[in-house]
Amino acid sequence: MTDAIRYIDAISSTLRQELKRDDDVIVLGEDVSYGGPFGATAGLSDMFGPTRIVDTPISEGAVMGLAVGAALAGRRPVVEVMFADFITLAMDQLINHAAKLRYMTDGQLSVPLTIRVQGGVGGGYGAHHSQSLEAWFLHVPGLKVVAPCSVDDASGLLAAAIRDDDPVVYLEHRGLYWSKGSIMSHVDPATIGLAAVVRPGADVTVVAVSRMVQVAMSAAEKLAADGVDVEVVDLRTVSPIDLETITESIRRTGRLVVAHEAVVTGGLGAELVAGVHAAAFNSLTSPAIRVGAPFTPVPASPHLERLYVPTVDDVIAAVLETLPER
Amino acid sequence: MLPDLNLDAQVAMLRRMLIARRFEEELIELAQDRDIGHFHVYVGQESTGIPALSLLEHGDLSFTNHRNHGHLIARGADPGPMYAEILGRVTGYCRGKGGTLHLASVEHGFPTTSSATGGCIPLAVGAGMGLSRLGSDRISVCLMGDGALEEGAWHESANIAAMESLPVIFLCENNSLEALGQRAGEYPSSTMAVRDLTELASVFGIEAVAIDGLDVRAVHETMSRAVLRARCGEGPTFIEARTVRWPGNRPIWPELATGRTDISMAWEDSLVPEEHAIWHRKQDGLLGFTRELLAEGNFRTEAVLRLDEETTEHVREGLVFALDSSYPDPEEALEHVFSPAGD
Repeated sequence: MTDAIRYIDAISSTLRQELKRDDDVIVLGEDVSYGGPFGATAGLSDMFGPTRIVDTPISEGAVMGLAVGAALAGRRPVVEVMFADFITLAMDQLINHAAKLRYMTDGQLSVPLTIRVQGGVGGGYGAHHSQSLEAWFLHVPGLKVVAPCSVDDASGLLAAAIRDDDPVVYLEHRGLYWSKGSIMSHVDPATIGLAAVVRPGADVTVVAVSRMVQVAMSAAEKLAADGVDVEVVDLRTVSPIDLETITESIRRTGRLVVAHEAVVTGGLGAELVAGVHAAAFNSLTSPAIRVGAPFTPVPASPHLERLYVPTVDDVIAAVLETLPER
Repeated sequence: MLPDLNLDAQVAMLRRMLIARRFEEELIELAQDRDIGHFHVYVGQESTGIPALSLLEHGDLSFTNHRNHGHLIARGADPGPMYAEILGRVTGYCRGKGGTLHLASVEHGFPTTSSATGGCIPLAVGAGMGLSRLGSDRISVCLMGDGALEEGAWHESANIAAMESLPVIFLCENNSLEALGQRAGEYPSSTMAVRDLTELASVFGIEAVAIDGLDVRAVHETMSRAVLRARCGEGPTFIEARTVRWPGNRPIWPELATGRTDISMAWEDSLVPEEHAIWHRKQDGLLGFTRELLAEGNFRTEAVLRLDEETTEHVREGLVFALDSSYPDPEEALEHVFSPAGD
């Protein structure tokens, strides 16, 4: 049985399913009993009560540590970070504690923690409510990072994150919250660490992450009309990167474009291209190209914001640049 | 009902205080001969940590900091694997991956040790929340120094612990009193606008008390009440235990400024050297507690000497065990970043 469902509803229903499935799952965050800023946790408090749906003060650092401590005491916490930008306040507990604890204890303990992080550009929120920080997390051994684009993945990767025994940063893009897709009435966890070819093609591989997968798909449709056959790979997991799926694609196409919403400098694209060079340099017939944001904070003005965020045209231009002159 | 502090319990505490002292004296001596890296010592605080943690039971969790050696010994950790961990050997509690700054032993109730100042505070509060959500009567103890109160983590976490009435005890060991280096203008003490540290807890409605951390009985009694409150769901307690910074605890490397502790000084005052006489007579909780036990007449000097010999031997065996242990295989450096797939 399938129902049309929105990305944000997929998050809500998966949280509900996992809270029902495992009594150790608890949800922590600012105003989570109210539903959070976009309603992802709405209704959970009525079903599961305040001992499992915990409204916290505006104390991101302590709340992250609280979740790590609760995980050590046997719980399986899901922390909501209201805007990705605010995770900077929780970095000590996330980076120094959650990520390293398993290693420092030589595997005696693990931290089964899910960090739901809402972010992405859109809506004129400005520099403190719009960042894409996935490269920061990618840089930290011990963290897994997922970034679903499809509604199916919003569910499957969330279930997987909650059931995973390691800390998983789950990146939600608010620009996807209202996009629709189909979902089974019961969610099976997806596999963390696997990318997916969401559009097969022969000429150029576009690896995209989060909302940029939608942008890449639109670009591919337009290019198809011009006779360019683009393969789109939805990265799905930022860490660990599924280089195998990507290099396999490049062996077929010989060309690579990486598209993300974060700034290009020091970004996910750089890591991905370096990984591809090490694994399949000889398969590339042209230099790989990164599509991303300019090296500035996110501007608030809608006019400037539109210029900041990578567009369908940017992806098309990058794809055409990889191709020989026609 | 508060636990009875009978003679056996007192002797058991003296024993662990001796182990903690001898453990670090050996370590400091070892560091004179070879480069074993930097470490922080607990000397001078044994009279707080040992009686306080003796009240914990299996399943209670404790979170400590960079000055952790005495805390682990207080809960029964063995000098051998502790030394091995500090020296990076494969027989260490974490096979050398934690080291002195992250000495932890899950079986002794130390899941992890944070050496980011204040890092242990939210962890302890979260563990208290996790335990109470289980409906368990197990509790969580946060072992912190006065410096940790300067971190935002304290204020955020104390607020949550108070609001949720969590089973957490904040044992704040204020070792900044009489900091000798400070007098010489070199060792800054607590850097806070607040004079009375307990105000930083009571402002949140947390039961807060300041005690003499050199007074084993006072620590034991205060901690007993805090443990009882936590187990009964009456919420968090903050204890400021005031100790004196040991003269050897100087930046950057600890040194045996007061020599190896001659336990006989507890009954033979003529042995007390001129230098650091105040330390030996008034500020060393180990000597102070020994004097108290002897004064009560139930414990003799011969028994103290026997206990000292036995613990010194025990500690030395631990050091030999560690030094005889091998280093981890290089491949181990790559293990346990993530849980095994499908675990």
